[in-house]
Parts: sequence; structure tokens; C-alpha cells
Amino acid sequence: MTEVTTGAGGPESHAKHVVYCGVCSLPPEYCEFGGTVKKCEEWLKVQHPDMHERLYSEDVINANMSSLTIEAQKRADKDAQKKAAKAVAAEARALEIKASSKILIKRVERNKRKYVTAVQGLEAHGLDLKKVAKDFGKKFATGSSVTKLPGGGEEITVQGDLSDDIYDYLVETYEDIPEENIECIEDKKKKGGG
Amino acid sequence: MFKKDITPGAKSKVKSSAQRAIRGKIVEEYPLLGPYIDEIIPKKEQLDLVKLPDRVSLYTLGSNPLFFQHMDDALIPHLAVVHKYPNCFPRLRIDRGAIRFVLSGATLMAPGLTSAGGRLPNPDADEEDVERYGKEDLEPGTVVVVEAEGKENACLVGVLKMGTKEMKMVKKGAAMEGGHCLGDGLWMLNLG
Ligand SMILES: [Zn+2]
Repeated sequence: MTEVTTGAGGPESHAKHVVYCGVCSLPPEYCEFGGTVKKCEEWLKVQHPDMHERLYSEDVINANMSSLTIEAQKRADKDAQKKAAKAVAAEARALEIKASSKILIKRVERNKRKYVTAVQGLEAHGLDLKKVAKDFGKKFATGSSVTKLPGGGEEITVQGDLSDDIYDYLVETYEDIPEENIECIEDKKKKGGG
Repeated sequence: MFKKDITPGAKSKVKSSAQRAIRGKIVEEYPLLGPYIDEIIPKKEQLDLVKLPDRVSLYTLGSNPLFFQHMDDALIPHLAVVHKYPNCFPRLRIDRGAIRFVLSGATLMAPGLTSAGGRLPNPDADEEDVERYGKEDLEPGTVVVVEAEGKENACLVGVLKMGTKEMKMVKKGAAMEGGHCLGDGLWMLNLG
């Protein structure tokens, strides 16, 4: 049991404390096999400079290379390039989805002159629906909750006709969301307002 | 075993009698964990069971995954547990070349263990290796932790398909099927 050191689990704990990469979540010694090595290295340099020095020194990299045959090295390089390209593509796709995702604010007539406002599409912009629903409730002093959509997914339902107020609030609070991605619509046959 | 991303299913509380039974089973299967079982599953804390696809159950404490089990098979430690208690499990080592295959979810093949960079239990190895990888051969069906050449922490855990004695003799074929590796669906699982 010589290797076991007291870790983060409290003074009583015998658990070994292992650092995990803040980018790819693996122990940093394994970052080299993922598609995000560059980012992983930057993270480690800032967060754990001593470990960075150990893992990314020239000696270590050369030693790693020499333990593989030239052909295996080539294949590993090719593999790494493919993985990196995949990671870049995935990131680009995520950005694109964000940029093209519309947020719909719908005024829905419930009874005569009673309205609820349904807000859809916030999750695509990385927002936590439960939290935003709570914020709406506080900000507008009304009932606000997350409800399931019949076709899957969820929306926020706010009691009252608050389309314009919610529009303004979203634009002001979340600067990352382009204004043209937010749209107010009316759920009834009759058109107008909004 | 967990090639795809997984969405966790229903979560339920484990009854205290069942929790006691699980603690017993873990110590029975991994005797070296005995001294630490109270830290891993404190008696007074509530163990949860999360259902995963393909009839896998995952035992968790808060948002920490601890052990998983396919149907009634052996309880297998999550790699986070292996990293915390590295000396408490039978272990093998793969050579550097095999790492990227293992991390991409490929079946662990015997040559990755029998090559110069690999390690299997071996009474004639140097002291350090005997200390770490043992002398006695391991039978098929044993839960083993797989470390990697040049790395400190393990990258794979699972059930041996082939005994280590046979591996040394034939030097080919699948050594372990399935298993849980770094970066797989189980590793990336978000338990909130
Ligand atoms: Zn990383």
C-alpha cells in the first residue's frame, strides 16, 4: 500500500487523489490520445504547471515516439489527425446549431382573455430551463414552470400575456443570443399584436 | 460495453439490507478493499441504483459512480474507484501501442499484454513488477484492471475472457470482451 497517499477525500481517507483534465475529463497522461490535445495542454499548463512540465517535456514525447515502430507511429499520427478533425467539426456544428436555433415566444389563449406565454428553444442556447423558469417567475411575479411537449422536449409556460416583456428580458439578459433568433408569435387563428 | 453515450435511466434508493449485502459482496470479490469499504460506501450514507441500458445497474453515492453490474454478474468497479484504490485489484498492463485501440472501445487483444511493453502475472519478473502485477496466473472470469505502459493510472477494467496462462502460450485472441474504458459512455455519464 505504499503508493496510496492521503487524498481529497478528507483527512481520514486513504484514497489516492487523481487529477482529471478539465477539457477531456481523462487523467492528463491520456490526453494525447484524444482529439483535443492542444486545448488539454493549455489547460494543464495553467492549472497544473508541474504536471505539464512532466507530461509535455521534449524527452517524454521523444521517448513515447521511440517505443513505437515507424509504421505504428505513422498510423497513430494519422489517427490523431482524424480525431482532431472530428473534434473541430463537432465544435463547429455545435456553434452552428446555436447560431441557427430560434427561440419562440408564443401567446396562447386559454380562456376568454386569459393567456399563457410559452417559450421554446432556450435549451439550444445552453440555458437551463428550470432555472430560467424560476427567473421568469421572480421577474414577472407570476407562475412559471417547465412543461413537457407532446412531441418530446420541453418548454417554459408562464402565466399571463408576457410575450413582449419576455422578449425584452431575454435580449437584455442573454447577450449571446442574437435578437433576430427570438420571435414572438400568436397561437390562435386570429393574427395580430405580438 | 459502453461504446455509445448513455442516458441514465430511473434512479432508486438501495434498501439498507441490500446495501449491506453489496458491501459484503464487494469485500468478498476484492478482499484488499476491505480496509477501505467504510470510506467507499459509508454505513450511514444512502447508496442509489441507476438503471443503464442493456440491463446494467450502476451503484452511485451522490453523483459519484462506484460499481456497475450486468444482470447478476460480478460487481465491477468504476474507473474512478480504481484510480482511488489502485493497489486493491488484480492488474495487468498493455503496451503503449495498444492504448489508442483500447480507448476507442476495441476488444482487448492478448498481444497487447504479451509484448515487451505489456505485463502479466509472472513469478520470474523483477521485484517491482511482481509487486504490481503478481505471480499467480489469473483465471478466465476474473475482474482485472488494465494499466498502460508509461502511464500511472488504469485505462480499462473488465472480465477476463482468456486466462493469463493461455495468453502467454498462444499470444493471440481476445483477452477481454466489453469492459469499461476511459472516455467511454460510462466514464462520460453525467450523474448531475
Ligand atoms: Zn485532456
